[in-house]
Amino acid sequence: MKAFASILVVVLGAVLLHASKDFPLLGDAMSPANNHPVARHYIEETVNDTHVRNLVTAVLADYRGYDTMFETVVVFVAGIGILAVIGVPTARIRQNENLGSTRQFGVDSDLIILQTCRLIVPVLQLFALYVIAHGHHSPGGGFQGGVLFGASYILLALSGGLREALRRLSESLSFRLAAFGIVLYAGVGLLSMALGGNFLDYAVLDRLLPGDVAMARSHSMLIVEAGVGFTVTTILFVIYANLATRGNLEDGL
Amino acid sequence: MIYVLDFLLLIFLVVAAVISLRLKDLLGASMVLGVYSFLICLLWAAMGAVDVAFTEAAVGAGVSTVILIATVYQTRRISKD
Repeated sequence: MKAFASILVVVLGAVLLHASKDFPLLGDAMSPANNHPVARHYIEETVNDTHVRNLVTAVLADYRGYDTMFETVVVFVAGIGILAVIGVPTARIRQNENLGSTRQFGVDSDLIILQTCRLIVPVLQLFALYVIAHGHHSPGGGFQGGVLFGASYILLALSGGLREALRRLSESLSFRLAAFGIVLYAGVGLLSMALGGNFLDYAVLDRLLPGDVAMARSHSMLIVEAGVGFTVTTILFVIYANLATRGNLEDGL
Repeated sequence: MIYVLDFLLLIFLVVAAVISLRLKDLLGASMVLGVYSFLICLLWAAMGAVDVAFTEAAVGAGVSTVILIATVYQTRRISKD
């Protein structure tokens, strides 16, 4: 059976390699993907439509803003699902806290790891904020920035103990912030509906935000990205904290 | 495009994938999976898909490796099958 599977894999791989000869060259302007009317529209009209220079962000946060909103909801639901499967009820956690492990920040951590973490975490968080705020012009956006921000809390938990990280970003605060992120995203959409536009049509928001239509689009996209960032940051940290401790949120790893 | 570099990266990618499948040690397997993520991140960056490469570096190589290792610590380390 194993030999049969190996032969199958090799044959399929050979077929796929053979088929890759027919691919268009990388960056070929005449390739079907670049010549399709829809792709041409995105490439030529994005700056006029959305005033965003980064095509990827324009598609994610503007053309398909509805899609991105529910991707954020998927992240939120994943956090709730993990909590439902392995989370321990709060009452039992309180009971354990009275017995209490007395581990403090850095008491039994290595000095080098601790100092490195102290150096990295602020830089990582600043970079995450930059990635969220600068996503219109460079690679990045709410999701990537949120992941980086969540990673900084995970790093804190890995080096200084989970208790220290939870003191800064507790589980209940995490879920409140995660829900706030989605509300922020949907709120921008509902606000643009209330002002007479379509759902997530940022152009009508220039009556509320400073600057002209282009700046209003840019600002509201920033708000939306910040919402995604809130949800992703907190949910990633909650997932890590629960998986590392079997849900009882005592010292992990 | 440097074809030799691309080719080397692809070979290492396949090797990393096979190793992470064959390893009995779950901790090692998740770390090799992190290596796999970094390699495919480099490939995507070389092909100009910087957004995808960024996401892969942050999510695939960074956070999901940590989450996998956190999960492995809750299990027995050596796989039985």
